[in-house]
Amino acid sequence: MTPQRPLLRRPGPVLALRYAAALALTLFFIFPVYWLFIISFKTPAEIFHFPPVWYPESIQFANYRVLFKDGDAETVWNSLVLAGVSTVIAMILGTMAAYSLVRFKTGGENLAVWIISQRMMPPIAIVFPIFLLYVYFGWVDSYHGLIILYTAFSLPYVTWMMRGYIEDIPIELEESALVDGCTRWQVLWRVVFPMARTGLFATAVFTFVFAWNDFLFALVLTRTEVITYTVQVTHYFGGQSNFWAKIAAMSVLGTVPVFFTVATLQRYLVRGISMGAVKG
Amino acid sequence: MAHTSTIAAGGAALAFPGHPPDRHFKWWIIAPAIFLLLFIGLFPLIYSLGVSFQHRTMLEDDKSFAGFLNYAQLFRDARLWQSLLHTAVITAIALPIELVLGMLMAQLFLERLPGRQVFVSLLVMPTVISPIVAGATWRLLFDNRYGPINQIIGWFAGKPVAALWTVKPDLVYPAIILCEIWQWTPFMFLILLAALSNVDKSLTEAAEIDGAGYWRIFVKIVLPAIWPVMAIALLIRGLDLVRIFDIIWALTQGGPGTMTETISIYTYVQGFQQFEVSYTAAVAFLVILMLTVIVTWAIRRMGLAK
Repeated sequence: MTPQRPLLRRPGPVLALRYAAALALTLFFIFPVYWLFIISFKTPAEIFHFPPVWYPESIQFANYRVLFKDGDAETVWNSLVLAGVSTVIAMILGTMAAYSLVRFKTGGENLAVWIISQRMMPPIAIVFPIFLLYVYFGWVDSYHGLIILYTAFSLPYVTWMMRGYIEDIPIELEESALVDGCTRWQVLWRVVFPMARTGLFATAVFTFVFAWNDFLFALVLTRTEVITYTVQVTHYFGGQSNFWAKIAAMSVLGTVPVFFTVATLQRYLVRGISMGAVKG
Repeated sequence: MAHTSTIAAGGAALAFPGHPPDRHFKWWIIAPAIFLLLFIGLFPLIYSLGVSFQHRTMLEDDKSFAGFLNYAQLFRDARLWQSLLHTAVITAIALPIELVLGMLMAQLFLERLPGRQVFVSLLVMPTVISPIVAGATWRLLFDNRYGPINQIIGWFAGKPVAALWTVKPDLVYPAIILCEIWQWTPFMFLILLAALSNVDKSLTEAAEIDGAGYWRIFVKIVLPAIWPVMAIALLIRGLDLVRIFDIIWALTQGGPGTMTETISIYTYVQGFQQFEVSYTAAVAFLVILMLTVIVTWAIRRMGLAK
């Protein structure tokens, strides 16, 4: 007699039940996103209609046009510059550091542990002294100030992740490149970086999303010039709820690029999450 | 790792014996990272440690030595300890729910299910949204008149409901925790799904043939196998919850009054709205100290130290 198949693997009613549960859960997790998007397309009359309407009569873009006309939409560009540049720098510096740790055991295990321990720092405790320092340097509300901060905050994660990926590169490739007359720098640029491509993408997605979604650092360290979209969204909060359209449209403008990035790089993303967890 | 010694010890002699830049190469490539981390991580700490022993506020730049005055004040500051309590309450409720719900979802999606990939792609969405946008979205959802949540509850209650989710003392915590769970359960789910799919099938199948029940297999085989990954997921989420800021800032700004003020919100208010410069530096140090103790304890306790 074959053993009875476990409950979840049996076909028929159980599969139907699982399917229903999956649908219900997905609806719960998707609904707020749907609501945000739909508000951004509503007219003021539809937004402040009681009882709430679940879909607009027609899709209209007036809420977005206002953001572009007033220049508020430029904050998305600021977010892109800050997140993009800091991601590239963090990837380069972090991969170089990881290569040094993996292939040369630089500083022994202590240096590696020190680098990852920097990740544990609570942002709120860091941001206050950083603010005092930036005031002193005149770096508040500047691109480079925030880029340096985002880069430093991503570095431990990048170093840690890239360590795992570099360990997987066969060392013979680097050795033969050295024999062929490459300098160490050339080995790094022409062998290690291309070979670690998958890991670079997987890690970069997270690094980018972290900086893109940051609020606290941007709130403290920007004033007018380099405001990010997250700070801009909170500018519409107020006692009255008449800025709903702007809150929704601005949020959508800031969310669509992330959805797009994640959708295109999804296979790296899932790999990145599981690798990060497995390798710690 | 046997190979590493080849290039570390013998490799340098391989191509460029004694070539000067070569000898320092390993330090050149790690130096920028170390420098940056010292600049952002260590230097401000030392600087603010100094500040925490002074009398500085927004109004007066009094740099005279205050001794442990600011640190003594920490113990008398009821608002500070309440904010720590709020943080602990949110963490203690949200973390287990995220874990259990994420585990149930991972079990649900572990076996073949038509359209699984589509479901997973959609479920990722809350986690990649900015927490501040997540908070703003739920603020709109929770609106007492124009939000759909009261509307849906009204359908079940059979009469209109106008609950003030972000204002009423007994409703703000459920509101914050619901938003938090909505955003981060998918994160837990993805990690646990990856961990569960890596569990050796032959072990669980052998136990099945021996007649072990589902629950017994889960506790004796699956749980130990996924524990290292689960522990790290718990640590990451636990740390994030302890420093929760964005979602609360968007939903309540710590209100009503100071009812939902967490340690991060409190520190922000002290430093950037009341400009208690020296006192905030002392609070920041308390936070760092506490987190270091918790993290060290958690890493030891969970057996993560390698």
